[in-house]
Amino acid sequence: MDPKRAKQSPDSAEAIRLSPFPDEALDRILALLDSHKDRSSASLVSKAWYHAERWSRSCVFIGNCYSVSPEILVHRFPNIRRVILKGKPRFSDFNLVPQNWGADIHSWLLVFADHYPFLEELRLKRMTVSDQSLEFLALKFHNFKSLSLLSCDGFSTDGLAAIATHCRNLTELDIQENGIDDISGKWLNCFPDNFTSLEVLNFASLTSEVNFDSLERLVARCNSLKILKVNQSITLDQLQRLLVRAPRLMELGSGSFLQDLTPQQYTDLETAFRGCRNLQTLSGLSEASSLYLPALYPACANLTFLNLSYAALQSEELAKLLAHCPLLRRLWVLDTVEDKGLEAVGQNCSLLEELRVFPEHPFDQEIDHGVTESGFLAVSYGCRKLSYVLYFCGQMTNAAVATIVQNCPDFTHFRLCIMNPGQPDYLTNEPMDEAFGAVVKNCPKLQRLAVSGLLTDLTFEYIGTYAKNLETLSVAFAGSSDWGMQCVLEGCPKLRKLEIRDCPFGNKALLSGLEKYESMRSLWMSACKVTMNGCKLLAREMPRLNVEVMEDEESNEGQAYKVYVYRSVAGPRRDAPPFVLTL
Amino acid sequence: MGPHSCSPASLSHSSSLPSPTNETSGLVTVRPSRLSFPEAEVSSMQSDPVSGSISTLSREDNAAMSSEDSSSTLADCDLGLGLSLAVGDEAACSEVLRPIPKIITAENLPHRFRSSLGTSTLRRVNGIAGIKRTADTVTPNASSQVVGWPPVRAYRMNSLSNLVKSTANKEVTSKSMQNNAMNSARKMDSDCYKGFNHKQGHLLKSSYVKVNMDGVAIGRKVNLTSHDCYQKLACTLEKMFNVPIGSSVITGSSMVEYASLAGETISSKLLDGSTGYILTYEDKDGDWMLVGDVPWRMFLNSVRRLRIMRTC
Repeated sequence: MDPKRAKQSPDSAEAIRLSPFPDEALDRILALLDSHKDRSSASLVSKAWYHAERWSRSCVFIGNCYSVSPEILVHRFPNIRRVILKGKPRFSDFNLVPQNWGADIHSWLLVFADHYPFLEELRLKRMTVSDQSLEFLALKFHNFKSLSLLSCDGFSTDGLAAIATHCRNLTELDIQENGIDDISGKWLNCFPDNFTSLEVLNFASLTSEVNFDSLERLVARCNSLKILKVNQSITLDQLQRLLVRAPRLMELGSGSFLQDLTPQQYTDLETAFRGCRNLQTLSGLSEASSLYLPALYPACANLTFLNLSYAALQSEELAKLLAHCPLLRRLWVLDTVEDKGLEAVGQNCSLLEELRVFPEHPFDQEIDHGVTESGFLAVSYGCRKLSYVLYFCGQMTNAAVATIVQNCPDFTHFRLCIMNPGQPDYLTNEPMDEAFGAVVKNCPKLQRLAVSGLLTDLTFEYIGTYAKNLETLSVAFAGSSDWGMQCVLEGCPKLRKLEIRDCPFGNKALLSGLEKYESMRSLWMSACKVTMNGCKLLAREMPRLNVEVMEDEESNEGQAYKVYVYRSVAGPRRDAPPFVLTL
Repeated sequence: MGPHSCSPASLSHSSSLPSPTNETSGLVTVRPSRLSFPEAEVSSMQSDPVSGSISTLSREDNAAMSSEDSSSTLADCDLGLGLSLAVGDEAACSEVLRPIPKIITAENLPHRFRSSLGTSTLRRVNGIAGIKRTADTVTPNASSQVVGWPPVRAYRMNSLSNLVKSTANKEVTSKSMQNNAMNSARKMDSDCYKGFNHKQGHLLKSSYVKVNMDGVAIGRKVNLTSHDCYQKLACTLEKMFNVPIGSSVITGSSMVEYASLAGETISSKLLDGSTGYILTYEDKDGDWMLVGDVPWRMFLNSVRRLRIMRTC
């Protein structure tokens, strides 16, 4: 149905020149654009294109929920069906943002209820969602299909029950790593008996037990189920029964992989896995042991993503498993696999593009376990296509990193976390400047960088000089003076997100980016040397930025302990809690 | 029903630490050395849940931490915060140029590393540092003092800390467990092998047991969970103690263990007794049993310590 439209450009000659097609054609063409960036560009061409684009847009991505208000959103885009919203600053994942900071979805839902009654999809990251909001969502939006909550907080399994009960057309329920109040698994029973539309169900991160019969019946009647990720309460023999009912699964997250199976049960499990020919993603596998991992092997032939980050595998177990995964492109593991396991990765996974190694014991500084630079090196020799790495380790050397980026120049995301703050190259005792210098010099496509270890301003000089495609930078316990941060702000044209903690950057550094911040999504600085006066100055000079300082009992007189700066067309927050001062 | 907080399960101990008696002069060196933050509670959790022996510090003693635990580490404790701190700025330095006491409390930490720690509560983000420690020296943990570092998502931290917290909560307060009563042993047992309990958490925990050999005064420790079958364990022990008689045949294949459920053939000399030594273990009832009879997993659940016994 074609909505009524505002009048096009009054200058018809100009309209003809810029828009030689009839409006209907322009609409059709622009409707085919998917990428947000493309759409943004198209909307800037002319008024005609701006309006054509806004009427045809059905999906909107908002990277910072406070950069725009729901009212402005619905005014510009009248036909949205899918909304992706991100809320709190990323460091809230690590408890650096106090509770009740904001990013509450409810005010958005109220506006959506009036303007987007046909809303189908909501994907939220780091937002606060209450059970009332979930119930409101379930009741008001009759066409609602897809809910994804990642790293959100404020709700409980009761809210999930509301979704299950009322969303008759639900195709996706994806609950990941949230601060959820896990009361019971009864929500799963709330799907009506005639409900069959589910395609994606992910409740792997919930702990409470669900009723297996309900789950089995649900899986049996939802013939389009493609993604199923169950939680730990599901045992191996139960998993086998689910697999038998859903052999066309493309993504599977298993429950607990630990159970004493009879030989018959083991055979049945293996057969069930053999029947899963379409499996591309495998996760879960908690408490997996070498005893039952072989049952998986038949399912691994087409695997492209293997998430073992909750399975404390040892190196041999990983090696044996990887031998069966020739097409693997993404691998997440715990550092229990150690360097030896990573050697196996290098040997087996020549197509690997992404590797994430998480620490089993993040606070244990003994270096006799976990991974070191050798593991990373081994991977880089074998996996030349590596472009994304997240690596938690206890030690690293400049030389190793230099070699790694020589081997793998295609890095787009390089996130290295040497877990002891401010730790130098353990062989030479020098700062890790040259390591990250090598990264930015050798990897021209670098978009995201997280640095660690002992770093001086030199690192940031390198970053500012070479990292011309850098969009996201995370810094902690690094740098020597304001100059470091200045280098980055002046040198990285594409910088969008800068997050800094515990660095000696002060007002001079903060203010050097005065003109930069409007082209960025946000800046976070905590436990740095920025003062209230500096922030006030920034706020005064740049009225279109929201400069927020969070009060903290640790902060000194005049110190701005936690600073969050972001561009916004919505003006200062109206829902800021008392501890957030908008300057 | 309150919203579940994102913060991981942390052990908050209100610190009632005694005031520092012996103060080193307030000196912050610029050396880019390892950050050392002797942690009040790391050394206090020195218990070995597996073998049942708990060091002299019990849970009640946590609050009053003995200074000798920290002294060795404090001696070279320089709050070397890298080059950043020392660069010219006296004002910034002054906040860390405090006398460094023997026992560090929250007040003594420089601001930048205290982050959101409460003034009197050393809020630890982790609950696991120290549990694993069987060695006597405690390496100070800089990162465990700092909120939000290493940058591991709260959900993942919860998964880790839930595992260890449930172990920690059940630690008994009794002292030496060398010749202990069965009761303590029993209490410890079910918590030792968290990884094998469905409900208890996501990750297998390392579990070290003592190994003593007849005729050898000094015992050893071996990590059971890093072995997945009897053969491997026997192999490790043979290497450790140089049990005389050549090579043991170890296949180490995972299906060997599976086969063991159906009745295995033991191919280690130590296990079949031909060396004059046999491998025995003390189970949770306190009885000494021959290693190899029950399935591996069942063995792991009940073993408390090992003994290589001379038969002749």
